[in-house]
Amino acid sequence: MSTDTKTIITLQGSVKIVSEFFFTAINSILYQRGIYEPETFKRETKYGLTVLTTTDEGLLTYLDNVMGQMESWLLDGDVQRLVVVVTGVDSGETLERWQFQVKVDDDEKKTTGKVADVVVDENDKSMTNKSNSSGGKGEKSLKEIHNEIQSIIRQITASVTFLPLLNEPCSFDLLIYTNKEATVPQKWEDSDPRYIMNSQEVKLRSFTTSVHKVESMVTYKEADEWEL
Amino acid sequence: MTCSVVEYENLFSTSLSDANTACPKTDVMPRWKRKQLEASMTQTENIQNKTSPVKKEKEGSANGCRFIPNRAAMDMEKSSHALRSSESCSDLDSSSDSSTDQSSHRILSFKDKAPAPKGDTVNNLKLLYSSSEFGSKKQSTKLVTRSIPSQPARILDAPDLRDDFYSNLISWNDQNVLAVALAQTVYLWNASTGEIQELCNLEESVGDAYVSSVSWVQEGGAHLAVGTSTGTTQLWDVQSSKRVRSMGGHVGGVNALCWNRHILSSGGHDSFVINHDVRIAQHKTATLAHHTQQVCGLSWSPDGSMLACGSNDNIVSLWDASASSTSRPRFSLNDHQAAVRALAWSPHERNLLATGGGTADRTIKFWNTQTGSLLNSIDTGSQVCALQWNPHEKEILSSHGFTSNKLSLWKYPTMAKIKDLEGHSASPLHLATSPDGCTVVSASSDETLRMWDVFALPAGKNGSKRSGSELGRSSRKQLKKTMHIR
Repeated sequence: MSTDTKTIITLQGSVKIVSEFFFTAINSILYQRGIYEPETFKRETKYGLTVLTTTDEGLLTYLDNVMGQMESWLLDGDVQRLVVVVTGVDSGETLERWQFQVKVDDDEKKTTGKVADVVVDENDKSMTNKSNSSGGKGEKSLKEIHNEIQSIIRQITASVTFLPLLNEPCSFDLLIYTNKEATVPQKWEDSDPRYIMNSQEVKLRSFTTSVHKVESMVTYKEADEWEL
Repeated sequence: MTCSVVEYENLFSTSLSDANTACPKTDVMPRWKRKQLEASMTQTENIQNKTSPVKKEKEGSANGCRFIPNRAAMDMEKSSHALRSSESCSDLDSSSDSSTDQSSHRILSFKDKAPAPKGDTVNNLKLLYSSSEFGSKKQSTKLVTRSIPSQPARILDAPDLRDDFYSNLISWNDQNVLAVALAQTVYLWNASTGEIQELCNLEESVGDAYVSSVSWVQEGGAHLAVGTSTGTTQLWDVQSSKRVRSMGGHVGGVNALCWNRHILSSGGHDSFVINHDVRIAQHKTATLAHHTQQVCGLSWSPDGSMLACGSNDNIVSLWDASASSTSRPRFSLNDHQAAVRALAWSPHERNLLATGGGTADRTIKFWNTQTGSLLNSIDTGSQVCALQWNPHEKEILSSHGFTSNKLSLWKYPTMAKIKDLEGHSASPLHLATSPDGCTVVSASSDETLRMWDVFALPAGKNGSKRSGSELGRSSRKQLKKTMHIR
C-alpha cells in the first residue's frame, strides 16, 4: 500500500514542483540575460544543476509575492500561462517573451482531492485505472520530473547562443494568464499581453507532473537587418 | 469605417457562396453572362472602394471565385467560424471584436513591480560582442624572470583543419612527432627533423568520413589511435604505416581519445565514453554512461587513477579507473555553464584538475578531484578551448576562441595573467606541449599551427634540484632537439 501512495503526486505536490520550477526558471532568465547584475546572484544546486538565484532583497520580495499568489491560483487550477516579459528600459519595447503554458489534466484535478481515500480503499483498481487512462503518467517519479526540468533549465542557459544581445538596460515583468473566474486580489491589475512585433519563436522542452503539463517557449524580437 | 462594413458584407457573401458551392456553378454560365456579371461586379467594387486604392490594385490578380475579386483582405477562417457558431450570425459587432479568442482568460500582473535593475548594469554577454579589453589589467612583468617571445617560433600551414569545437585533432608524442588530422588524412610531422609522413587516409573507406580525434599511445610513440566520424577507433602502427586494429562501439563520431597504458578511452558524439583494452579481442571493458550530450574532452590523471570527461551538457564527470559499465561517476561537477572541452591535470599536485568552459561560461575552474570541491574559478572573458600546464612551473596556458583568439599564460594559484599571445585569426582549438615541455603548439581553425616557446626550464635549476626525476633529464635532451629545428 505504501508503495502505491508514494508514486502519486498530489495537487499540492504538483503545485510545489511547478512553482519551484517557475522560480528557478525566472531566476535563470534574469541571470542569463543579464537583466540584473551577475554579482547579486548566488549559486545553488537544484535538479542536479548549478543554478543561480538572486540575493537582491527587493527582487526576492517581489518574486515571493508573485509566486505566493501563483501557488494559490495553481491550487484552484486557474493559471493558464506565466509569461516573463523582458522590456527595454529606455525604449519601453518588449524584446523577449518567455512563455510557460500550464495545462491541468482534468481527470486528475477532479480526483486529486480524494486521491488518498481512493488509494487506500481500492488500491488495485484505482492504480490500474490510472495507468490505463494516463498511460503511466501517474507513476512518474520525482527524479524523472527533475530530469525533465533540468533539460528546460539547460535550454534556458544555452539560449544565449541564439538570442540577440540585449543591447540596452532591460527590466522584466511577470504576466499571469488566469481563468476569467479567478479571484483577483487588490494588488493585481489587468495588463495587455505585451506581444512582440516581428518576432521569432523557439519552442523549448516541456515537463509533466501527474497533474500539470508545462510547455515552455521563448519569442524574441528579430534583429533588424542593419544591426547585423 | 464604411470600408470595414463593406469588408464584412463581402466576408459573409463569400462564406455563404462557399457553403452553397456557388462558385462551380459559374463555370456553366455562358461567357457573355459571366462577362457582364464580372463587369458589373468590378464596377460596384470600384464605386465602393474609391477611397482605398490598394484594393483596386489587387483586383487585377483575382484568383479563385471571380465573384469576389479580392480575397486578400478577408479572414476566411474567422468568417467560417462565425458561420458555424450559430449565434454570431446575428450580431456582427461582437464577432468583429478582436478579443473574441481571448475571452477565456485574464492577463494579470502584480502592481508593485520588481525593482528596476541598477542603471549601470552592463550585460555580461556584451563583452563577447565588443572588443573591449576585458580583464587586461596592467600586466605585471615581474611574474616571471624568463623572457617569453610574443611571436610564434614557427608557423605551419594546416589546410582543411576542421573548425570543430568538439574534435581533438593534434597530439604530440615523446619521440617528438606531432600528429595532425586534416579532414580525412592524418599527417605526422617530426619536430626534430621536419619530416612529414602521411599516416592514413580515410578516403577510400566511406565517402565523407573524416578524422575527428587523434591520440598517441603514452610511451614509445609506436602507435597512434585515430577516431573517425563514423564511430570507429583505429590503431595505427607508425613504423609500417598499417592499421593494426579497428574498434567499433560508438554511434556517431569519436570526439576525444585518451590513453591510460593499455586502456584507450574514447568519447563519442553519442554521449558515451568507452574504455577499450587494446590487447584483447573483446576490447570493450566498460561503457561509461552519464552524460546526456556529446563528450568533447577526455583526460586521464597522470597517475592513471582517474578519468575526467567533459561534455556538451556542461558537466565534468570523474571516473575511477576501475569503473565498469554499471558504475556511476565518482563526481559529477556541474558548475560550468557551457560545454567543457578543456581539461588539464596538474603535473605538480595530485588530484588537481583544471577545466575550462565554452562561450556562455568563459571560466577556468580548478577542482580537488579527491573531494570534488571547487577550488577556484576565474572569468577569462572568452571561450576556453584548451588548457596546458607548464610541466616545469606552476603556470597554466589557456587558449581562447570567440572572441579574442589568443593564448593566455597564467600563474597558478594566484591566477595573475603573465602574458597574452596573439596571432591566430580564428579559435585556437587545440593545444599540445612538446615532450621537452618548452614549446606549445596551437592548432587553429584559421588553418595554421603555431609553435610558441612559452615554457622553459627554470633558470638555475639545472636538473640537480629535480635529481631523480626522469622528466628533468629527458627534457633537457629534448630541448636541444627543439633548438636544432630552429
